[in-house]
Amino acid sequence: MAALFGQDALTDNGPGYAFSQAPSSAAGGIRERSFYPYTDNGGSTLGIAGEDFTILAGDTRSTSGYNINTRYAPKVFKIGGDDSEGTNATIILSVVGFAADGQILKERLDTIVKMYRYQHGKPMSVKACAQRLSTILYGKRFFPYYVHAILGGLDEEGKGALYSYDPVGSYEREQCRAGGAAASLIMPFLDNQVNFKNQYVPESGEGHALQERPRVPLKRKETEELVRDAFTSAVERHIEVGDGLQMLVVTKDGVEEIYSPLKRD
Amino acid sequence: MPGFDFSNHARNAALHAQGFPLPKATSTGTTIVGCIFDGGVVIAADTRATSGPIVADKNCEKLHYISPQIWCAGAGTAADTEFTTALISSQLELHALSTGRNPRVVTCMTMLKQHLFQHQGHIGAYLVVAGVDPTGVGLFTVHAHGSTDKLPYVTMGSGSLAAMSVFETQWKSNIDREGAIKLAADAIQAGIFNDLGSGSNVDVCVITKEKTTLMRNYIRPNERERKQRSYVFKRGTTAVLREKVVERVDIGKYVTVHEVPLEAEGEKMEVDA
Repeated sequence: MAALFGQDALTDNGPGYAFSQAPSSAAGGIRERSFYPYTDNGGSTLGIAGEDFTILAGDTRSTSGYNINTRYAPKVFKIGGDDSEGTNATIILSVVGFAADGQILKERLDTIVKMYRYQHGKPMSVKACAQRLSTILYGKRFFPYYVHAILGGLDEEGKGALYSYDPVGSYEREQCRAGGAAASLIMPFLDNQVNFKNQYVPESGEGHALQERPRVPLKRKETEELVRDAFTSAVERHIEVGDGLQMLVVTKDGVEEIYSPLKRD
Repeated sequence: MPGFDFSNHARNAALHAQGFPLPKATSTGTTIVGCIFDGGVVIAADTRATSGPIVADKNCEKLHYISPQIWCAGAGTAADTEFTTALISSQLELHALSTGRNPRVVTCMTMLKQHLFQHQGHIGAYLVVAGVDPTGVGLFTVHAHGSTDKLPYVTMGSGSLAAMSVFETQWKSNIDREGAIKLAADAIQAGIFNDLGSGSNVDVCVITKEKTTLMRNYIRPNERERKQRSYVFKRGTTAVLREKVVERVDIGKYVTVHEVPLEAEGEKMEVDA
C-alpha cells in the first residue's frame, strides 16, 4: 500500500526514522520505548578489477526516506595515505548503507593502515588490509556496522584486486561487485558484461555443446564506460541513486579520482 | 452486484497475520499542484510512478479527464486514482445528460468525497480537482478519507511541501494565465528535484471558459544521456536448446493468419543502439 503521508512511521514499511515517537503500550500500564540506531542512506556502489587497475565507484547522493540530505556525500575513500587528503594512498574503500557507520569504518581502517606503515616502515598489502577489515567488521558481530564494504587495490603481482564484504565481515576476492540500493539492478548487468555470463560463441556447437564466450580482461576505458552506463541506468530506475558519480581508479601510478554529474530528479 | 469483491479478504488477512507480505501497489509518489488565475485554472503533475524505491513508470499520466472542462490530478495509489476518476467521470456524464446542463466542479468534488468517505480511506486516492463551469472557476483538493479544501493554489503528494514552498514564496493574487502556468510548472519542478517520489517530466492542463489545453510533457528536464557503449549482441549469442518449427498451414487450424508486409512503417521493433 502506497503511503504518501507516513503518519505512522512504525506501521508503514516506507521511510522510517531512527527515533520512533510512538510508544507501544502493553497490559499493566507498562510502556515499551524503542530506539533504532540505524538509518538507510541509500545510494549505490560498484567495483571492477582489471588486469592492472581497480575501479571503485559510487553515486554521491545521500537520502533519508523521500528526502535528499545532500547531493555530494562521497562513498569512496582513499585508505592509508600520507595525510587526510589520502595523498600517495594505494588502497581504496567504498561503503554504502548507513552513512555514519561507513564514515567510522573508513576512519578506523585508515588509521590502522597508517599505523601499520609507521610501525613496519612499509605500506600494507591489499591482502593484509582485506583480512584486517574483515576482523574489524566481525569485532562488532553483535552491533554491526550497517554497511556493504568493497575494498580495492593492486595485489603483490600488480594485478587488480577487489574484495567485497557483508556487514559482519564475511569476505571474498572477486572480479566485480555491486553494492547498496541498486545492487540488484547492477549486478546482473556486470555478470553479463564483465564475466560474459549467459553469452555463447555463435555457431560453436549445437545446444548444450555451445561454447561459452571466453572471459577477456577489460581495458580501463571500457571499464569506465561500463561503470558510467551501470550508474546512468540505475539512476533511471532507482529513486535513491543520482546527483553525481565518483570514481576512484588505482593503477601502479597511484589513485585517480574522476567525478561526473548524474541526473538530479 | 456492483462494487468491490471482498471474497478474498478473510484469506488474505489470515495470510498477512502469518507474516505473508501484502502485494505492493504502484504508487504515484507524486507532486501535483493547481492554481487559479484570471479567467481559468491550471493543474500540473510530474510523471514518475514508483513501487517502493523502484521507478515503475518514467512517464505516466497523472492528469485525468473528468469532463471536457473538468480535469483531475491524482496522487496516491495509481489504480485508485485511475478508477475513482473514471467512475466519477462516467457518473458525471450521465448526470449532465439527464439534467441537460454542463457539469459543475463542486458536483464532481462532492461525488468524489462521498465515494471516498464511504470507503473510509481504503481507496488511496488524493486528488486535485479543477475546472470551469457556469458558476465560474473551481479548484479543490480531496483527501482519501473524504475531506476537501477550496483554495486559490493547492499542492498534494509526497512532493507537496517542496511545491508549496514555491507557491508560498512566489504566488500573488491577480496572476495571469502565463504566470500561473509558469508558477505551477516551477512548483512541479521543485517536487521533481527535491522529492525522491517525484521525477521525470512536467504535465500541465489549462482550463478556461473557452477551452481546455492539455500540455503533455510541457517541460522535459530529465532526458537520459547517450549510453557510452553499444550493447548489441552478435546473432547466435543466446544458446538455442530446442527448436520447433510450426508451419503456417498447421497453425492456420487454430488461428487466422494474415499476411503483413515485412518493412511496414511502425512495424519494426524498437531496439537500443
